[in-house]
Amino acid sequence: MSARRRTEFSADRRRFLTQGAQAAGSVSLVGFLLGAYGEQAASTPVAALRPPGALAEDEFLGACVRCGLCVRDCPYDTLRLARFGEPLATGTPYFVARDIPCEMCEDIPCVKACPTPALDKSLTDIRAADMGVAVVTGTDTCYSITGVAHCVGCYEACPIKDDAITMEMKQEHGKVFFVPTVHREHCTGCGKCEADCLYPEAAIKVLPRALVRHDIGQHLA
Amino acid sequence: MTSASTSPEQRAPGPTATRRTTRRSWWLRQRFLLARRTAQFGLLGLFLLGPLAGIWWAKGNLAASTWFGVIPLSDPFIVVQSLLALGHVTLTALVGALLIGAFYWLVGGRVFCSWVCPVNIITDAAHWCRERLRLPPGWRPQRNLRHYLLAMCLVSAALTGTIAWELVNPVTLVQRGLVFGVGLGWTVMLAVFLFDLLVSRRGWCGHLCPVGAFYGLVGRTSPLRVAADRREACTDCGDCFAVCPEPHVITPALRGSGSRLVLAGDCTNCGRCLDVCDDDVFRFAERYTYAARERDRVAPD
Repeated sequence: MSARRRTEFSADRRRFLTQGAQAAGSVSLVGFLLGAYGEQAASTPVAALRPPGALAEDEFLGACVRCGLCVRDCPYDTLRLARFGEPLATGTPYFVARDIPCEMCEDIPCVKACPTPALDKSLTDIRAADMGVAVVTGTDTCYSITGVAHCVGCYEACPIKDDAITMEMKQEHGKVFFVPTVHREHCTGCGKCEADCLYPEAAIKVLPRALVRHDIGQHLA
Repeated sequence: MTSASTSPEQRAPGPTATRRTTRRSWWLRQRFLLARRTAQFGLLGLFLLGPLAGIWWAKGNLAASTWFGVIPLSDPFIVVQSLLALGHVTLTALVGALLIGAFYWLVGGRVFCSWVCPVNIITDAAHWCRERLRLPPGWRPQRNLRHYLLAMCLVSAALTGTIAWELVNPVTLVQRGLVFGVGLGWTVMLAVFLFDLLVSRRGWCGHLCPVGAFYGLVGRTSPLRVAADRREACTDCGDCFAVCPEPHVITPALRGSGSRLVLAGDCTNCGRCLDVCDDDVFRFAERYTYAARERDRVAPD
């Protein structure tokens, strides 16, 4: 009798332990995979820019509920939601400047539409937006820099030209060149310059500010 | 809601009730199923009215939306995860989450699962195929697994500082895919279908989905419940158990001697038991007045 009770007890205990281990194992496995996938998805590709007012990427992914209300209120169809399988967090809004750049609406409807802190409501002046910063990447392709033509495509495209971008005159070997020069303290990263660049592969590109920022001394420490 | 409640005196005598009432018409047997499909496709249609026809009654998706340009709605489960990840949310998100939370508390938490969630259509389709193919139940995970997964979603939000679950959540992924463009999201839909068809009977909605587990908790005290109101008329045919996505919730109400109310939060208020019961055992009831009446019946003083 007592022997049987002991068997029952140990069978119960065994079942409890097995089931507990199974549950803990499967939940941890799912959690681990989710974490790994999240890590990979958080490494946003360079060409994908977040809407104006977006929090820093790690905070953004904690705030954005992926509802697409910013996408719906964007009058230029600039913003889109990342689809499953695209290389950034599923359902989060982004735009590709070369496809459709941000038109820098003065009333910033995307920020107003956001029901979460993901797009910072304190951004009321679109000129203070910081979606990225334009960088002349094609120093060997830009028609102006190489002297192929006096092209001012990027300069003319800029909604805040003369502040964010200027054409700086340079004289070399008796020839005059005009070099598009971005002033990063004014550049909002709207991407109009990248969209309008006449070279087949844009010679000026908006990069996420984190990639371009130079915190002096950081790499020396 | 549909069959009239009878006083105890009028009831057929309990276990001796063997004669089966005539089989209902096909329409009567599907009425709640058809109503649910109408609700599911109707809501999807309202979200699609904007992008397809330019009529913007609803903007957004099930995660958060704006209705008629003013009413904010948001999914309380996602808002809770965001709160854990970020430490704060906006008033808009909070109001939206409270509105949705209050609605589902009122009508039964898992009404979300059976009347709104588009994944339910996929898993019901898988179940339909499974029944036709007479497949064995397959993997039967333990009852609490979905609650562990729910806890995992909350913990991973707090630990990673991101709404990690939303990267893969099939519920929002499917609906967002249908409204905003699906991408490779169809692979997730197919995976859920195949999982329910080949791996585990009613596996996703019935055992794993943490969203359903969350709404199950919301619905634990919901006033709208199914009651096995005329359980004396039950002929033990088993139709309700066969059709119910969460059969364990029926047993205490139908076979027990206590309350006739289906009290488990797992019940999705899908109404399929009301559909298929030829003996009109079940009806929808307001839980608290029904329970009070049951108490009065036991102790008339």
